Amino acid sequence: MSPVLAGVLQLLALMAALALAYVPLGNYLARVYTSHTHLRVEKWIYKGIGADPDTEMRWPAYLRGLLAFSLAGVLFLYLLQRLQGVLPGSLGFAAIDPDQAFNTAVSFVSNTNWQSYYGEQAMGHVVQTAGLAVQNFVSAAVGIAVAVALVRGFARSRTGELGNFWADLVRGVVRVLVPLAVVGAVLLVACGVIQNFSGIHEVGQFMGGSQQWNGGAVASQEVIKELGTNGGGYFNANSAHPFENPTPFTNLFEIFLILLVPVALTRTFGVMVGSVRQGYAILGTMATIWLAFVGLMMWTEFAHHGPALQAAGGALEGKEVRFGIGGSSIFAVSTTLTSTGAVDSFHSSFTGLGGGITLLGMMLGEIAPGGVGSGLYGMLVMAVIAVFIAGLMVGRTPEYLGKKIGTREIKYAACYLLITPALVLVLTAAAMALPTPGDSMTNSGAHGFSEILYAYTSAANNNGSAFAGLNADTQWFNTTLGLAMLLGRFVPMVFVLALAGSLAGQQPVPATQGTLRTEKPLFTGLLVGAVLIITGLTYFPALALGPLAEGLA
Amino acid sequence: MNTSLTNGARLFAAGLRALLVLTVVTGIVYPLVVTGLAQGLFPGRANGSEVTADGGGVVGSSLIGQAYNLPLRDGQETPQPDLKWFQGRPRNGLGTNSVNTRYDLILSGATNRSADDAELLGWVKEAKAAVVKDNSVPGHPVRPEDVPADAVTSSGSGLDPDISPQYADLQVRRVAEKNGLPAARVQRLVDEHTSSRTLGFIGEPRVNVLELNIALRDLVAPAAGR
Repeated sequence: MSPVLAGVLQLLALMAALALAYVPLGNYLARVYTSHTHLRVEKWIYKGIGADPDTEMRWPAYLRGLLAFSLAGVLFLYLLQRLQGVLPGSLGFAAIDPDQAFNTAVSFVSNTNWQSYYGEQAMGHVVQTAGLAVQNFVSAAVGIAVAVALVRGFARSRTGELGNFWADLVRGVVRVLVPLAVVGAVLLVACGVIQNFSGIHEVGQFMGGSQQWNGGAVASQEVIKELGTNGGGYFNANSAHPFENPTPFTNLFEIFLILLVPVALTRTFGVMVGSVRQGYAILGTMATIWLAFVGLMMWTEFAHHGPALQAAGGALEGKEVRFGIGGSSIFAVSTTLTSTGAVDSFHSSFTGLGGGITLLGMMLGEIAPGGVGSGLYGMLVMAVIAVFIAGLMVGRTPEYLGKKIGTREIKYAACYLLITPALVLVLTAAAMALPTPGDSMTNSGAHGFSEILYAYTSAANNNGSAFAGLNADTQWFNTTLGLAMLLGRFVPMVFVLALAGSLAGQQPVPATQGTLRTEKPLFTGLLVGAVLIITGLTYFPALALGPLAEGLA
Repeated sequence: MNTSLTNGARLFAAGLRALLVLTVVTGIVYPLVVTGLAQGLFPGRANGSEVTADGGGVVGSSLIGQAYNLPLRDGQETPQPDLKWFQGRPRNGLGTNSVNTRYDLILSGATNRSADDAELLGWVKEAKAAVVKDNSVPGHPVRPEDVPADAVTSSGSGLDPDISPQYADLQVRRVAEKNGLPAARVQRLVDEHTSSRTLGFIGEPRVNVLELNIALRDLVAPAAGR
């Protein structure tokens, strides 16, 4: 069997597995977020928080709860890292410097998981397990909560109420993420991912002598890192490290975990708005873009253009033998079209075009299928824009799911769309214009520019992967990337929740003959076009200076 | 002003309590439960898939690639490969710890060099020339175009435990000659240690270098009269 055929078969197997999980998980999620009963453990948690899970919140209250929770997360994680030197169970690792601790705290709370540190030499058991891995769960649950609030905005009428933030947060963790993570973690351990709390120990070597290794709770963190589309690796090599991703099967399984919840949430959306076909239309859009990207990526990586790859006879620089080019290509596309940012191969050493595809995937706003929650709300905002464009074409007031898309809704959607590109382009320009940030580049020329563009794109879109040649552990990058992650995560959420509140307050408009049928393939086509054109126009000049210049050279 | 400050503080306190409670659930209970299950069900795997050789001592992990080099001699900066043993992939992306330097940790990682990077091109060409030179035995020269890509590129982790079957096959005659074994016997060893794709289509065929070298040592040891 040729490697290309094996890659295609892996792709098909992955799609089949996702299709099998789609209906049960999507329906289950819809039940979780519409249920009126509380589990006993949830009641304990609500008592601990001191919150009433049955109080309905309007959007400002929902947002305030979310921001308070996230602020507490940033401060707690910052303190945990600053105090690492005196915490027991930290392998004697020292405290993290203030700028790096700020960057890392913001990074994990914003579901980005950009890492300017080397996991194996910087973070002990306590910070990894009780700090970083906790945010892997809760930042994912926050993302789902915001998506569910927006879906409720479409599903509800004549009320401004969007649900209860604490209930959505706790249910996401207790009923969804933890059970899936336990099963996934045990499966990963069965394949060779480590899970222990031993310290750094000497291991004898074949030629004599010894190596020093970290132990760690890797499997429990690895599974939620993928499932919650977080992406922060226990080790520096992330999911390329054999202790995080030991076999070809775990590689495919980890890609499945990345895509599982974002894909199933389109079903949840369909169920909650009362038409599963609306969910299929959104899923169809995501799948079209994802498949096209995987196809392009496999093509360019198997073709291995570029002097060093031609000389080597294959694009295996930065890739593991066990995954091959096919498995690495699917992983790379899936991690950058979601907000994951985990890597099983290093994007900086991909072909020029391949690197550009990973960059473009993030620039699309990570909506195909996107991060847990953030993918769905990002795509729904894009759907609002698409019906608006369609409305302009025929001169009709646009509607989506029985809600009028008026001036206010479009303003919120447009603000949502503008934040991330503004952050990426302004900060990239600043880094290029100032004298010192450029010193962090490993590669020169077009690829060096791509390293910096990639870093800000990854941060502002909350992805977290890197053209890792960039030495980002400088005060400039720790600070500006930290700000990009913070603003790129929470400012869009403000507009999503405002949009949700505005929609929930509306009267539903009955569908007429002139209503755009948003559950049809025509709308899927329109939505794909809107996504590509809006992104293309925003980022084309920057892409031309980086990956396009490199790919065409 | 005062009431909004109080409200803000109250809200923050709720956020902090939520974080602490969820830290107990996901940061303490969850990892301990998973660790308990892992250590109970798969202790060997959960502790790093360590491999012991015939003497009983640990010789590494089947998942972590090693270097098979000769000891450094005076004046040498980079060690030479010990050609008696099968060689793994280049490891240009590996680092050493720069903080907490009382440990001697290996930092996993890739080179992150781009496809048009001049230095990467140099490394690839050098590695290819070395593979050709090392593996050419009298009567059986290795042609540059026969060298597979994994033999001249660094992996993503720098710890890739595997090589492609093509690269293993390429090393058979050299290893046989250096160890005084018939090439066919060494070839059979490689074939026995070649894993095909999982279920026939997942991943790529591969040879685990550590396991292959352990088997080779077992083969050589009696011959050497040990």
